[in-house]
Amino acid sequence: MESHVVVIFPHPDDESFGAAGTIAKFRAQGVPVTYLCGTLGEMGRNMGNPTFANRETLQAVRKKELINACNILDVKLEMLGYRDKTIEFEDRMQVANHLKEYLDRIKPSLVITHYPEYAVHPDHNALGAATIEAVRLIEPDERPVVWAQGFSRNTLEDLGNPDIVNDISDFYDKKVEAIFAHASQAQGVIRQQQNNPDEQMDIKELAKKNLSDEVFYTWEF
Amino acid sequence: MKPIEVEKVQQMLDIFKDKEVYVHLETTNGAYASHVNNAAYNVGAFIRNAKVFYNQAKIVGDGKSYRVGLKMEMGWIYAEGLTDWVIHENEQLLMAGHDREGRLMVSLEISEKPFRY
Repeated sequence: MESHVVVIFPHPDDESFGAAGTIAKFRAQGVPVTYLCGTLGEMGRNMGNPTFANRETLQAVRKKELINACNILDVKLEMLGYRDKTIEFEDRMQVANHLKEYLDRIKPSLVITHYPEYAVHPDHNALGAATIEAVRLIEPDERPVVWAQGFSRNTLEDLGNPDIVNDISDFYDKKVEAIFAHASQAQGVIRQQQNNPDEQMDIKELAKKNLSDEVFYTWEF
Repeated sequence: MKPIEVEKVQQMLDIFKDKEVYVHLETTNGAYASHVNNAAYNVGAFIRNAKVFYNQAKIVGDGKSYRVGLKMEMGWIYAEGLTDWVIHENEQLLMAGHDREGRLMVSLEISEKPFRY
């Protein structure tokens, strides 16, 4: 059993779309989970539908949504304070050292992050890469295991089948609840994930179709 | 935000004229554009808290979508595709263009005080 799981993603909602089922599974086993959330998603395009946020209010809206989602998932939340869409322009080792401070304190047995270069959004790739560097700075015998999530079009072709496939069907409702805590983002993201979105289809049914497994690659150092 | 009302926005643009102001200008089609559609390109530009001084400003459009141009001593700023506006915290003029799903595509904002950074 894991002693403590740390999830490191850049945006409020990455944890819910990417790993909420896995997180809920760990919480059900009594494993503590901490989410290090890189930014407040202040550059998001989705302003709600119909719009209820604007560029200046989005940060506060998403911060509130993030706190709600973390309460639903029963995880401890740490906000890292980077700015949305700028992480790749930060000094990578500086970010890595920042992350390592948290890892040194928490001493997780497992870290979940994005797979660098296979996670589509530049923030995903950059924070994933910084996370890998942070874990690399830890002595090999004390290093936590890292599960990296990739979903770019070339992921399967380049990396093969993921070795970690979590069936999250028992925690599906929890995942949907966490996703919909991100009210400003949920509809837009779910519709975007469908290649041919059926405008008439219920948004929760759409979500269900898309979110049955959560898969990761164990990082090899 | 609410649909652009040309006269009110023009009034606000004129209030900021000949003053030192901070501008936020942004366009984006999102970080997932080419992921969702292989044929699409990811493009965007972003500048926040550019300190400028403009002496002429105009909003032009067809009732649905608008363009705003600011003339400076040594150049121009403009945004195209603006659909909505609001006065934020009594002092910041926010304008943005949204697509039919409510996603922001372009944004031009003007304020006498810096935007949160």
